[in-house]
Amino acid sequence: MPARLDIDLDNYKYGFSVPENYVFKARKGLDEQIVREISWIKGEPEWMTRFRLHAYQSFLQKPMPTWGADLSGVRFDDIYYYIKPTEKQGRSWDEVPEEIRNTFERLGIPEAERKFLAGVGAQYESEMVYHNIQKNLAEKGVIFLDMDSGLRQYPDLVREHFGTVIPPEDNKFAALNSAVWSGGSFIYVPPGVHVELPLQAYFRINARDMGQFERTLIIADEGSYVHYVEGCTAPTYSSDSLHSAVVEIIAKRGARVRYTTIQNWSRNVYNLVTKRAVAHQDATVEWVDCNLGSKVTMKYPSIWLMGPGAHGEILSIAFAGKGQVQDAGGKIIHAAPHTSSVVTSKSISKGGGRTVYRGLLKVVAGASGSKSNVVCDALILDEQSASDTVPTIEIEESNVTIGHEATVSKVSEEQLFYLQSRGIDEHRAATLIVSGFIEPVVKELPMEYALEMNRLIDLEMEGSVG
Amino acid sequence: MTSELIIQDLYVQVESKLILKGLNLRIGQGEVHAIMGPNGSGKSTLAYSLMGHPKYQVVAGDILFKGQSLIGLSPDERARMGLFLAFQYPVAIPGLTMANFLRTAMEAVKGGPHNGKATLPVTEFRRLLNEKMELLQMDRSFAQRYLNEGFSGGEKKRAEILQMAMLEPEIAILDETDSGLDIDALRVVAQGVNALAGPHMGIVVITHYQRILNYIKPQFVHVLAHGQIVASGGPELALQLEAEGYDRYVKNANGA
Repeated sequence: MPARLDIDLDNYKYGFSVPENYVFKARKGLDEQIVREISWIKGEPEWMTRFRLHAYQSFLQKPMPTWGADLSGVRFDDIYYYIKPTEKQGRSWDEVPEEIRNTFERLGIPEAERKFLAGVGAQYESEMVYHNIQKNLAEKGVIFLDMDSGLRQYPDLVREHFGTVIPPEDNKFAALNSAVWSGGSFIYVPPGVHVELPLQAYFRINARDMGQFERTLIIADEGSYVHYVEGCTAPTYSSDSLHSAVVEIIAKRGARVRYTTIQNWSRNVYNLVTKRAVAHQDATVEWVDCNLGSKVTMKYPSIWLMGPGAHGEILSIAFAGKGQVQDAGGKIIHAAPHTSSVVTSKSISKGGGRTVYRGLLKVVAGASGSKSNVVCDALILDEQSASDTVPTIEIEESNVTIGHEATVSKVSEEQLFYLQSRGIDEHRAATLIVSGFIEPVVKELPMEYALEMNRLIDLEMEGSVG
Repeated sequence: MTSELIIQDLYVQVESKLILKGLNLRIGQGEVHAIMGPNGSGKSTLAYSLMGHPKYQVVAGDILFKGQSLIGLSPDERARMGLFLAFQYPVAIPGLTMANFLRTAMEAVKGGPHNGKATLPVTEFRRLLNEKMELLQMDRSFAQRYLNEGFSGGEKKRAEILQMAMLEPEIAILDETDSGLDIDALRVVAQGVNALAGPHMGIVVITHYQRILNYIKPQFVHVLAHGQIVASGGPELALQLEAEGYDRYVKNANGA
């Protein structure tokens, strides 16, 4: 069935789709049989099949979240839970079927890989269709595979860590992912190894009514460093898609993991993602989370600071345009003494969009000498748009230093007039103000992504003034 | 075409309060004018009206620049025609570096891809920026600071003149550029302005005090009171105001 573009692309340049030509597509809807079928097709060990079935039961029992965004539009029966686009995965782009390769070329992925990445994974529907890592990194023992291959090739390593940071019972969507997960990345960095260039995974939904449930597990062994970047896009359909990922990060003693997301789903995707990291002694975990697209995003990257000296940072940008809800934020749990954290959230709402910063900062009893600073700023571009801040702070320890600051501002007439008086037109002036607003986060991105981010902001801002 | 600025019988209201009431003024190409007046006389209103601030409504009269009416033109259109306003209170734009801002403004005013002109190459832009910053005794690190964010009063005024130096307007309006400056900073800023003044740039110095006119020498001095130009003369008028104050103009305009 050739896919169609049903609605106006609304400045979304990734809204194209290509005909479906898949080797396997499960029927719509979800039951135990589909869960078993996915596991059987993948030839998984029995423990994983049991893990999935257990998770499916948990999914059935868990209630839908009654807080946050309106999820009444998520119709679990109307979703394809598993689509296998190709028979095998490519190690070179030549091995990827032409139609799919063309899609990723339009998205600029092979070019980016040649220029500035240490490794790339590309997921199309439910499976990673391409995966490659620089040879020298592989020789150092760095593992960068899709999750399914990781399970096949390193069953013990996966079994030891899989689901330990985010158990299936965590929430309804983590349970759903645990039941039907497919694709995602599996990364292991050996002790002391620094992966200098980023590893990137790109997630693409192509089919209508598709559910994408990738599962990512990153294990950074002692003293190692890795920066993982994910990007995501989808075609624009009139019916909704569901993206519900689970990402688990384990940063062992002295390791540092940075996880950067540039989420730009089309405006028909429910993006309900659970991301959590544990940072052991002296380890650092940083989430850099940029959310532009989707219909609804609910995502609160979390960091559990489990050992003394652990450090966590959450830097986030959320941009909600017409009809969009970005309910995002972060959670930091100080569970050991002398841990530190920084949360910087920048949200922008325009054209009736709604952003919510929802955050948790918790310091458990005994985590003395811990420090945290939370800054969340919201910028509202017009009268129709809205922003909320819902911070929760639970401090069970007296010897701590906590800062919390929240601001809500509008693009002021005086700022626009000032820039315009220098010859800059109103639209460009507003874009400069917005770009400046998110600069503290954008400057943390590698240059190529910073440029991409500013370009996306330009697109989002088109037609926003007047 | 000369870059003459002609203000004809201008009436301006702000939030339905009439501030300018029949103001007439003609600024010839390359001339330096000073407009002096007490607080509340309409000095800033005049500055904002010329630049086209949306809150300042022209209810009657006209502003002609290069023979074209500015009424209905946006501030950016006016700027691109060669008009410039140095603000009394420049606003901060967090996250926008001076360099990025100036480059964007230069492209907008002097040309770039949008109007088919060649963009100034980055190296040439840097050289020019460094040269102008030197003129204003500004450290090079200034270029990487966020626009007006955390700037001291003096830094803000220097940054305004730096923008003027880069954009090379044909008419520059300096709105109380002397306010909040100590004598050394005032000298630097005034030297910067003088270095730019010449046959191609007309300057309107709006000020309460005569002090700045010791450094920027006007050919013409006007007194603004109650929304009108009530007296015009040469540099001697400024000295007279310094000695006698504004009292008699305020009274005259009151019809006393």
